[in-house]
Amino acid sequence: MIEARGLSKRFQDKKRGEIRAVDNVSFTCQPGKIYGLLGANGAGKTTTLRMLATILEPTDGTAIVCGHDVIEQPEKVRANVGFLSTATALYPRLTAQELVEYFGRLNGLDEATLKKRVDNIFNRLDMDGFRDRRCDKLSTGMKQKTSIARTLVHDPPVMIFDEPTNGLDVMTARTITAFIHECRDNGKTVIFSTHIMSEVEKLCDTIGIIQSGKLLSEGTLAQLRDQHHEQDLEDIFVKVVAPHYVSAEAN
Amino acid sequence: MSARNIGIVYRKELTEALRDRRTLITMFVLPLIIFPLLSVGFGAMIAVLIGKAKEESPKVMIIGGEDSPGVLAGLKKVPKIQVVPLEANWKDEVINKQVPVVVEIPEGFERNLAGQKEQTVLIHDYEGDLKSEIAKDKIEKYFNEYRDSVVKDRLAARNLPVSILKPFVIKPHNVAPPEKSGGALFFGGFIAYIVVFLCLNGGMHPAMDLTAGEKERGTMETILSSPISRSHLVLGKFLLVLTTALTTAALSVISMGISFAIANALQTKPIQAGEADTTLHIGFGAALSVFIMAVPLAVLFSSVLITISTFAKSYKEAQSYIMPLIFIVIIPAIAAMLPGVELTPKLALVPILNVSLLCKELVIGTYHWNYIAIIFASTCVYASAALFLAIKMFQRESVLFRS
Repeated sequence: MIEARGLSKRFQDKKRGEIRAVDNVSFTCQPGKIYGLLGANGAGKTTTLRMLATILEPTDGTAIVCGHDVIEQPEKVRANVGFLSTATALYPRLTAQELVEYFGRLNGLDEATLKKRVDNIFNRLDMDGFRDRRCDKLSTGMKQKTSIARTLVHDPPVMIFDEPTNGLDVMTARTITAFIHECRDNGKTVIFSTHIMSEVEKLCDTIGIIQSGKLLSEGTLAQLRDQHHEQDLEDIFVKVVAPHYVSAEAN
Repeated sequence: MSARNIGIVYRKELTEALRDRRTLITMFVLPLIIFPLLSVGFGAMIAVLIGKAKEESPKVMIIGGEDSPGVLAGLKKVPKIQVVPLEANWKDEVINKQVPVVVEIPEGFERNLAGQKEQTVLIHDYEGDLKSEIAKDKIEKYFNEYRDSVVKDRLAARNLPVSILKPFVIKPHNVAPPEKSGGALFFGGFIAYIVVFLCLNGGMHPAMDLTAGEKERGTMETILSSPISRSHLVLGKFLLVLTTALTTAALSVISMGISFAIANALQTKPIQAGEADTTLHIGFGAALSVFIMAVPLAVLFSSVLITISTFAKSYKEAQSYIMPLIFIVIIPAIAAMLPGVELTPKLALVPILNVSLLCKELVIGTYHWNYIAIIFASTCVYASAALFLAIKMFQRESVLFRS
C-alpha cells in the first residue's frame, strides 16, 4: 500500500530559480492493483517515484509505504520496495548471480535464505544459462531479467517502476509488462510511470495524469472517459494536459 | 553503524576492483615492476655514465708551452688524457663539447719559474659538463703535483723542512653514523616522496570509479534504492579506496627495499676504508614505521578523493578536478626532499609536508617521538575531518543527482 500525502519537491536552479518538480501530489495505491502515472517528459513522474523509493527526500508532504513514512524511516521503506527503471543499471564487473546476491545481502537476507531465493528466481526467470556471466557481457534482455531478479530478491510487497520499458525493443518490453502483471497477481502494490498510452490501457487499474508536477486527473479508465467525455486515452490525456503544457514549456 | 552492511559493500567493491584492469595496474604492476625498474635502472644508468666518462681519455689542447718542454712532456704523460694538436677555433671546440678542456701555459713558463716570478696557468673548461669537469680535475691534479714538487725543490735548496709549509693539518671527521648521513639523507626524502605519491595514486582511480563512475554508468540509482544507508555505503567505498592506496604504498616500499638489496648485492666492489658507504637499504623497522605513518595520510587522501569525485558527474569530470590535487600533494612532498628543510614545530602541523619530513627521518632510523606524536595526531585530525566531509557530501541529493 502506498499513500502519497501532499508530496512536493522543489529544486533550486541557478538560471530558472525555484522549480516545483512535484507540487502537492496525493494518491493511494492498493495492494493487488496497478497504479499508472501518465505524463510527458519532465512532468514530475520520475521525481515522484524517486520520493516514494526514498532516493529523494520530499521538501513538503510525505508518503506512507507499507506503514513506514518515507521521511522518518527511509531504510525500512526501501526494504519493502523493489525499484526498477531504465536508469537503474547493473554493476558491469559482477556476474548476474553476484549482483542479485549483493542486493539480497543488502536487504538483510541470511546466506541460507539468500541461496534458496536466488536459485528459485534464476530458475523461474530462466536465467541459469548466464548466472556466472558478467553483467557487461549480457544482452539487453538478459540485463532486464537480471534487474528484475534484483528487485525480487527480497520479495518486496511494493514495486515501483519508472518508465521501465523506455528504449527497449518489443520483446524485452513484453518481458517487463508480463512481469508487472505477475506482480499484481501476486498481490503486490504496483506503481509505474510511462508516457506510452497503450501500456497504461493494458496494465493499469488506476491512472493518474501528471503535468508540471501536479496530479491533474485520476481514476480508472472508465471513470476518466466519463469525466472528460472522450473515448481514446490519448484524447483524454491531451485534453487534461493541454492547458498546463504551454506554461511547462515556458518554464 | 553496522559493520555487516559496510562489510557487504566493501567485499563487493573489492570483487569489482580486483577485476578492473586499471586498478590492478596502479595497485600491483606500477609498484612491483615499473617502480624498481625505474629507480634501480635509473641509478644503474647514472653509475654507468659516470664510470664511462671517467674511463674515457678526454682530449686536451695545449696553448703555448713550446718554450717549456718539461711541463709539456709531463702533461703528455698524465694517464688517461689525450693531447691533441691545437686548433685556431679551440674556444668553439670547447663550447661545442668537442674538446673538454684547453690548457693555456704562459709564455716562458719554465724560465719564469726559475726566476721565481708569479704566473697563472689557465684551464679553459665547460662548467657543469661532466666530461669537462673530469678532464679539468686531471689537469689540475697534475699542475698541483708539479707545483708541490717545485716548492719542495725550493725548500730543499734553502735547507728548510717541508713541514714548514704545513704547520698543522685540517681534517673534517664525520661523526654521524654512515647510515644516517650522506646519500642516505636524500634517499630518506625520496622514499617519503614515493610513499606519499603512490598513496594518492593508488586511491585515485578507485575513488573516481566508485563515485563519479557509478553515476555515469547508472548504478548509483540502483544502489540508492537498496535499504543500505548512504553513510554505510560511502564508508564501504572509502575502505576500498583506502585498501588500494595502502596496498600500493606498501608494495612500493617493499619492492624498493628488495630492488635496492639486489642492487647492493650486484655491486661487487668492496667498500674501501675511509670511503663513504653509498649502498642504500631500508630496514624492516624503518619500512614498518613509514607504513604506519602513511595510514592516516592514506585516510586523508582517500576521503578527499571521494569527496571530490562524488561531486563530479562523470569519470572525466572527476579527473579534471583531481589533476590539480596531484600538484597540491606533490609540491610539499618534493619540498621535503630538499636538503635543509627540517622538521620544526610549525611544519609539523602542515599536512603532507609533515609526514614527508618525518618519513625522511624514519627511513634513516631517527625517531623524534614528540614529532611522531604531533604529526600522527594532526594527520588523524585532518583525516577525520576529510572523512566526515566525504560522508556529508555523499548524503547531499543535489550532489548525487547533479545534472
